[in-house]
Amino acid sequence: MTNSTQNYTELTHSELTQLNKSEFTNNRSHFLRGIVSAFPIVIGYIPIAISFGVISLQAGFDLGSTVLMSMMVYAGASQFMAINMLLMQALSIEIIIATFILNFRHFIMSMSLMNKLNNYPTSKKVPLSFFITDETFAFISLQKEDKEDTNYYYILGILIAAYSSWVLGTLIGGLLAMVIPPSIGNSMSIALYAMFIGLLVPAVKNDLKLGITACLSGFLCAILTLFINSGWAIVISTLLASLIGSLIIKESV
Amino acid sequence: MNIFLVIFGMTLATYIPRLAPVFIVDKIKLPNWINQWLKMIPFAALGALIFPGILTIEKELPVVGLVGGLVAVVSAYFKLHIFYVILSSIAAVMLMKVLV
Repeated sequence: MTNSTQNYTELTHSELTQLNKSEFTNNRSHFLRGIVSAFPIVIGYIPIAISFGVISLQAGFDLGSTVLMSMMVYAGASQFMAINMLLMQALSIEIIIATFILNFRHFIMSMSLMNKLNNYPTSKKVPLSFFITDETFAFISLQKEDKEDTNYYYILGILIAAYSSWVLGTLIGGLLAMVIPPSIGNSMSIALYAMFIGLLVPAVKNDLKLGITACLSGFLCAILTLFINSGWAIVISTLLASLIGSLIIKESV
Repeated sequence: MNIFLVIFGMTLATYIPRLAPVFIVDKIKLPNWINQWLKMIPFAALGALIFPGILTIEKELPVVGLVGGLVAVVSAYFKLHIFYVILSSIAAVMLMKVLV
């Protein structure tokens, strides 16, 4: 403790001469500002992360791999899907391909976000890109185009807050699963479907075509499940229904 | 099956699409129809993830999942926060298990 304090003082003393002090505190205040403004995302993430932790442990996975998955994969829907597919005895490769397809939308989001942040060097954009999710993308994209709101440390603060709440929520959920009775735990398997529905319904209210696409996909998946295993059924029906759905949109526009 | 292999593969599968644009954002432009297709993928994926899987949460009784799903649809339709959507749906399933 004393040692690290000394190191810190030493560092600041030696660097103070070179480093602009106001710049340093400025970066920190931007970072803190980002953490505070991420509050809506954090509030949304924690219950879902807790559900993920509970479901994963109830499904028979250990706390370590559950938290590791949240730390490494950091993609809500894919993580629920992976647990689901693992329970259905899907192959690893099916889960990985399904994850890739499900998350390929982040490619588009990242394209748009990196375009917005193109005044930052690659070395700064690389770490940012790891933290892109539907929610952080939407949140950051809606920030104003001014200096304050595209400040690197501000954005980093938002992203780190969201990420931490996801990992921490998973840990809490995993610990809760150990004390929640299995009868309640079993009923929680509906939670992931409820979350998917909760994501889908508001979008469908805005645009009925999205609902048609989703229904078509579910219908295709139900038929395909009769012939092939459910992992591939999800992958194939997703690709087919989204292609058909996008053609419907083109026609009506 | 090795869970760590799955996690590692999923990490690559989620990180590569997030990372790639850092290097190519200025270099390519996707044709419009592919952009449209990509935009629809999340919704199609949700559809396939929800149905028919939701019928299997109680193996013998598909109606349990169906009712849980309907409760989620209704509460999401009335703009309840996703936390309450999940909670109400869990409550509905617990109730169905007692009743049926």
